[in-house]
Amino acid sequence: MPIGPIGDNGLFDQFIASHSGENAWIEKRRKAAWNQFHELPMPRKKDESWRFASRLAFEFNDFKLVEQPDATTIGKVVERSNLNSSALARLVFADNYLVHEDPLSMDLQTKGVVFESFDQAVQKHGGLLEQYLFREEAHLGSEKFVALNTALSNCGGVVYVPKGVVVDQPLLVYHWATKENVAVFPHTLIIAEEGASVNVIDVYQSLDSDAPAFCAASGNIYAEANAQVMRKCVQNWNQSTISFQNDATAVKKDGVTKTLAVNLGSKRARFENQVRMAEPGSHATLYSLTVAQGDQEFDQRTYQSHDAPNAVSDLLYKNALLDNSRTIFSGMINVAKDAQHTDAYQTNRNLLLSPEADANSLPGLEIQANDVKCSHGATTGQLDPDELFYMMQRGIHKRTAQQLMVFGFFEEVIEKFDNEEIKNNVRELVQSKFHL
Amino acid sequence: MSNQIEIKNLNVSIADKPILKDFSLELPRGEVHALMGPNGTGKSTLAKVIAGHEDYEVESGEILVDGTNILGMEPDEIGRLGVFLAFQYPMEIPGVTIANFIRAALQARQEEGENFDAPAYYRELYDKMDLLKMDRKFTSRSINEGFSGGEKKRCEILQMAMLNPTYGIMDETDSGLDIDALKIVSNGVNLMRNENRGILVITHYQRLLDYIIPDKVHVMWDGKIVKTGDKELAKELEAKGYNWVKNELAVA
Repeated sequence: MPIGPIGDNGLFDQFIASHSGENAWIEKRRKAAWNQFHELPMPRKKDESWRFASRLAFEFNDFKLVEQPDATTIGKVVERSNLNSSALARLVFADNYLVHEDPLSMDLQTKGVVFESFDQAVQKHGGLLEQYLFREEAHLGSEKFVALNTALSNCGGVVYVPKGVVVDQPLLVYHWATKENVAVFPHTLIIAEEGASVNVIDVYQSLDSDAPAFCAASGNIYAEANAQVMRKCVQNWNQSTISFQNDATAVKKDGVTKTLAVNLGSKRARFENQVRMAEPGSHATLYSLTVAQGDQEFDQRTYQSHDAPNAVSDLLYKNALLDNSRTIFSGMINVAKDAQHTDAYQTNRNLLLSPEADANSLPGLEIQANDVKCSHGATTGQLDPDELFYMMQRGIHKRTAQQLMVFGFFEEVIEKFDNEEIKNNVRELVQSKFHL
Repeated sequence: MSNQIEIKNLNVSIADKPILKDFSLELPRGEVHALMGPNGTGKSTLAKVIAGHEDYEVESGEILVDGTNILGMEPDEIGRLGVFLAFQYPMEIPGVTIANFIRAALQARQEEGENFDAPAYYRELYDKMDLLKMDRKFTSRSINEGFSGGEKKRCEILQMAMLNPTYGIMDETDSGLDIDALKIVSNGVNLMRNENRGILVITHYQRLLDYIIPDKVHVMWDGKIVKTGDKELAKELEAKGYNWVKNELAVA
């Protein structure tokens, strides 16, 4: 891997040279993306898709690709990649390098399940990847960062589950930033063939609590007919990190996807999530939970695209805001003309826990079909004084009552983690951030 | 005098409108009193004022709980002092389970550093749920969320049974209950009757008092108690209607 500032043409040439083992089509794609990255202007506040976002004040060349972490660092990050204690399959990346791997069980490997790093998968499964990699795109404003990810990504989990195979334990992918000013480019690809089922959890963390870092992550999920994919992200970068994540999902006939994002970290975090109901009967749920504190800004843009009839999508994004923090939720449901009998819902709830916090909400609907059930709604409010009175009447101290109510607000999302230990660990992560 | 709730000449208004007018009442431990009256006469206001709700302006008067004046105290202090209010409309608290809620309320009463005996807690909780014919799955459900009217009221009684208050104020506990639920809830209240506890049953109807037999019945009209008697008064009231009180007052 080359080392150097990420906006630099020389760095990209070295990157291509060091990835000469990749298929020609990937190289071609990377080169086009690199040009696109340079050609696209930096998003500006006046762009509709960046409404309410604060100005992007950083230089790409402030961040760099770095050398592989040393053994001590690797030891630390592997030890802390512990959302779950039991021996599940796990990939651990640090500064874009795969530093640890707990492989799939022999049984799943025999059945043809793939769970590998992006780099390995590109080498070993080029043909498969050609059908899926960089195919599904979301145009929600972050094209420049997606292009950068396409050009420079070589890490992240690639998951492939063959027809009818059920992977019954979560697959865990940890992404670490360990060095000052490091740039990381995780790329997630999940493919579940017909009737397959899989559950993938991505965790993003910083080793150092203050070191600035940059992340442009990108992900694609493909749920084929009757497949079930659960994808959960815990974004817990330190609060000096700038992060972008752009996910695009396609759901086929009677397929089910559930995406769940827990957003805790970063100085500013932009999260874009698009789900396309590509075939009849597809079903997608999108959950998100954000705890914003200090001067953090969380900017969330979503797109529920109903291209086919009889499909369901349900979105619930919850934000709790402390201090001077800001959140932006901008969601769109688009129902195509032929997508009759669509059920599509979009809910954004913001809990303001400080008078200085600022929650912005832009729910949206575009419906071309005439026989659909769609709703969108946004609420922004403080803790309900009547609920508080009720709890205090039982003798519960005011602060404890407020905490219980806030944690209760989170619970609706946290309970969607179906593994008990992971649920508890996520709950603890969320609660540890909380200081009433 | 201690060992009672003593309300003396209480005047309360909300948004400058007087609700309680020179209201006085004594509820000693060991007794069950019923407070009856038509809607809008100030019964629920009284319950909330006793519990320390901040929306009500107390202009004059006193509320003494075992000799301590509670006016101006925070609702949680009053709660820990031993006053329990069973709400007419219990709040739904999303994401807070019954088990965690009651546990937090019990822990708030512990000394600092005191350990919470979780197994004993769950044993007691399950025993009391059995008495109230509540399914154990309720413990892991959010407080009152999606509960029927009867389930909500049973949940109030469960909380009261677990918190062991010195005084229970039951605000329209019978509203919204069918006869089976009414019997279960009344039975729960009756099991809590003892010489160390005073209970004030606020109700619009006499029906509840067939199951919870009061030691005294007070009739409230226009912000104050206008008539006090024994359980027969409730029956008389049921038979003659509240207009009877009104007409009597007019004559007087």
